[in-house]
Amino acid sequence: MNATDKLRAAFARALYIDSGRIADELAYNSIPEWDSVAHMALVAELERTFDVMLDTDDIIDMSSFGRARQILAKHGVEF
Amino acid sequence: MLLQGKVALVTGAGRGIGLTTAAVLAREGAHVVVTGRDQAQLDGACAGIAAEQPAAQLTPLVCDVSRPDSVRDTFQAVFKLTRKLDVLVSNAGVLDDALIGMVTEAQIRRVFETNTFGVLYCAQYASRLMQRAGGGSIVNLASIIGVTGNVGQAVYAGSKAAVIGITRSLAKELAPQNIRVNAIAPGFIDTGMARSIGPDKFTERVASIKLGRIGTPEEVARVALFLASELSSYVTGQVIGVDGGMLI
Repeated sequence: MNATDKLRAAFARALYIDSGRIADELAYNSIPEWDSVAHMALVAELERTFDVMLDTDDIIDMSSFGRARQILAKHGVEF
Repeated sequence: MLLQGKVALVTGAGRGIGLTTAAVLAREGAHVVVTGRDQAQLDGACAGIAAEQPAAQLTPLVCDVSRPDSVRDTFQAVFKLTRKLDVLVSNAGVLDDALIGMVTEAQIRRVFETNTFGVLYCAQYASRLMQRAGGGSIVNLASIIGVTGNVGQAVYAGSKAAVIGITRSLAKELAPQNIRVNAIAPGFIDTGMARSIGPDKFTERVASIKLGRIGTPEEVARVALFLASELSSYVTGQVIGVDGGMLI
């Protein structure tokens, strides 16, 4: 499983949505499943999956699936 | 030992209550990350603890809690070092008293940035590290002044009253992650900060204490240990006074 697939799977687990719904454009608050509570659960899932610790600015800035990939890349995850 | 295998971070641990708390947590088996603004002071603090406890696990890290970037770097360093955090004691604080008509904006900013903002910045990172490990305990140092208020201490009192509000809110928010959040409200404790008020005020303060004496940093640290450990496993959202029955 490559890093993008791992990221998609992490999103699906944290947001309780089908991975088929996850694309770069999927944005925070654009679906009922991705609210502020789910966002913090998503952060925890991403940190566990990729063994990183995100900065507070990253959490606030993580506004879409595509942006999450960019932020994780900044923390050394290779996509 | 109450904290065997646990990782604890204490802010403002270079001296006073923070230093004693770091020593007490280390004595109970915790790996203690000893933080403060002054590297030399931290090195001295760790050397002092190690002299009494040769087996103590101590990691000194420079951290200015008033600066978000410094807090971020500190917790990133803890993550790289231990991959977890079980206990946070947010102790760093400054005291800068003045009558309200003479308080400067710089004083207000300095006091709130350290005493209040620092507690929030640290809780942001600590709670996420604790969540990874399945829970933890956050202990915030408030003050009796934040409960009762005092002449010439509107700024300090405001900054510490805010810590109480933060504590009670975080206790509710973080309970689902098994993170307990409590505060300690020390009264008059024998530290450099207490001695800085001058001999007349010092005598007046001691006279207002029902137990008839000033408290010791160890007496505050033992309450921090209680809140940090499983001894307080069903305690959250509380503010525990350690003040000898002080009246203000």
